[in-house]
Amino acid sequence: MSANADARARHWEKTRNLTILVLIVWFILSMLAPWFADSLNSMTFLGFPLGYYMCVQGSLIGFVALIWFQNWRQDGIDDEFGVADE
Amino acid sequence: MIKGKFTDNLGKVYAMYTLGFLVFFAIMAVFEQMGAGARAIGIGFLCFTIGIYALIGWLSRTAEVSAYYVAGREVPALYNGMATAADWMSGASFVALAGGVYFGGYPYLGFIIGWTGGYVLVNSLMAPYLRKFGCYTVPDFIGTRYGGNLARFCAVVVLVVASFTYVTAQINATGTIAAQTLGVPFELGVWLGLAGIFVCSMLGGMRGVTWTQVAQYIVLIIAYLTPIIWMSNKQGFGIIPHFSYGDAVHRIAELEAQYGLSKAAENIPGVAVLTTPTNAPAGNEWKMVTLAICMMCGTASLPHILMRYFTTPSVRSARRSVGWSLLFIFFLYFSAPALATLTKLQLLDPNLATSVIGKSFEEVSNLTWVQHWSSVGMLAVADQSGDGIVQLNEFFMRPDIVVLATPEIAGLPYVISGLVAAGGLAAAMSTADGLLLAIANALSHDLYYKIIDPKADTRKRLIVARVLLLFIGAGGAFIASLKLTGILGAVAWAFDFACSGLFFPLVLGVWWKRANKAGAIAGMVAGFGVGSWYLYMVYAAGMEPWMGIDHIRFGIIGMPVSLIAMVVVSLMTPAPSEEIQRMVDETRIPSGATVLDAAH
Repeated sequence: MSANADARARHWEKTRNLTILVLIVWFILSMLAPWFADSLNSMTFLGFPLGYYMCVQGSLIGFVALIWFQNWRQDGIDDEFGVADE
Repeated sequence: MIKGKFTDNLGKVYAMYTLGFLVFFAIMAVFEQMGAGARAIGIGFLCFTIGIYALIGWLSRTAEVSAYYVAGREVPALYNGMATAADWMSGASFVALAGGVYFGGYPYLGFIIGWTGGYVLVNSLMAPYLRKFGCYTVPDFIGTRYGGNLARFCAVVVLVVASFTYVTAQINATGTIAAQTLGVPFELGVWLGLAGIFVCSMLGGMRGVTWTQVAQYIVLIIAYLTPIIWMSNKQGFGIIPHFSYGDAVHRIAELEAQYGLSKAAENIPGVAVLTTPTNAPAGNEWKMVTLAICMMCGTASLPHILMRYFTTPSVRSARRSVGWSLLFIFFLYFSAPALATLTKLQLLDPNLATSVIGKSFEEVSNLTWVQHWSSVGMLAVADQSGDGIVQLNEFFMRPDIVVLATPEIAGLPYVISGLVAAGGLAAAMSTADGLLLAIANALSHDLYYKIIDPKADTRKRLIVARVLLLFIGAGGAFIASLKLTGILGAVAWAFDFACSGLFFPLVLGVWWKRANKAGAIAGMVAGFGVGSWYLYMVYAAGMEPWMGIDHIRFGIIGMPVSLIAMVVVSLMTPAPSEEIQRMVDETRIPSGATVLDAAH
């Protein structure tokens, strides 16, 4: 046992909040962006219609960044409560 | 040159391998200049790459349970990322995805979003927790978390159905490529492909598959990017077309308006016509988003992907390797729409020498690549209006061949076609390996060892695992040789089966302590059962789909049923024991020993 019950509870609370934040961003990129693609298409980004751009590149770049961001934050949370495994 | 353990020298080994592959490519290019035929080059590529995979498979042979099931849990995050990327990117991603986007337009982009966004779910909901659990297989987690053989058995059933559906599509893709390149009948190609798959997985189990998958990723990504970059330079979109093909998207929209998108006068079975607009989201949002949901939740429940994260040394490296996986996958997925767009422009734009639309019927039917692909029934040009000119709705092609045929359409040297064939084969083989192993491991570990004969010794367990691998592979090849569905269709079903049956039992197993055995069984049985029933009704019994939810998105029906059944039944039955609740707590923190010990 590397952490007491209280620290564990707070660790899990922070982990859960981070996960919820990540899932909100994920929802925007994977559901809202494609859903509103038609209206976004009236804008242009890098020469692409924006709605099309999001579906073929924008959201994908967002997903990669999101995972790396989450891991960076999660490592911080684990270290803070002394429950990292490396 | 190589000292110490293999895992300490990975960088050196794979750098040498990549260099060797590039040298081989250069030698083939020289051979082509000297007059070597297309057939000889294709055979050269296939034999060279399969030879390397076989060598790695042989060197990774093992008699240890932990090496066989989880590669000894010593795969560094970066390499596990590459292996996962190869495991993930199947024949469907490599061979069929760009073709789907090419013919299907906006709704098909749901595959692109779904097959990348799913990794956010894998990372935030599943992978680190399952790694902490220390299981060998996905049913191992279900069986231990919920307790009892029935839950374990249900998970095995869902896993086998989903993975088997998927693996037939991969063996089908392997056979298509082998048959095309070697010039043998499709049925023989299927069995040849299967032999290659066995060489990688039989001897070394997960360890052998891991190291061949890293090698396969390197081949497939080189093979996918080379023709795109080459074509882009020919068409003047710069060295890296990915950020500059926006003009091509606009140009295609213009040309589509100019040619008109009326349907073909008469459909030709087995081939599709290019009349779906490339970029027209209006009215298709529901189709796109439902497809994306099924693919994302399916990603997070497919056992052959989840089990890759059991092979890392720690929880933190499991998370990090999800990050690497998606980065490596991203390289291919953000290229597929670029490939689809540039190839489409090749055919449509009258300013390009390669265009066919608007040219005379006679001229087009005399093109070498048109003759080549027509002779195998994968392409057709029919002058249905009788005006002697090829119209947009008179050019038919099988979506699956877009990537394979692109180098020929663009007039690239044959050595590129050989490279693409080797890449497609690597993609299909690596996924088939992972899937066959997932099925055989679940049957040997969960069904045989945990349920039927818990006293079996190591040797016997590994023999059973290998014999099962042989039988399942042979069964997959037999089904594949019957040619039941297109490559992309069968793959989508696998995701739907997986998310209908496994998504909520897995997620709630970590995230909801109150979830209990009865709930999990209800969730798996109801979700999987109702999903499968819906698939049968829509696909085979001719029922009108509800709200446009057709056979490739039946997970939209299965998942909510699974969630409701699981929550309702869990709440109606007693909470899980203290011991199980402590187990869940233990799963949620990275430090400390795994929940299951190594010898379980």
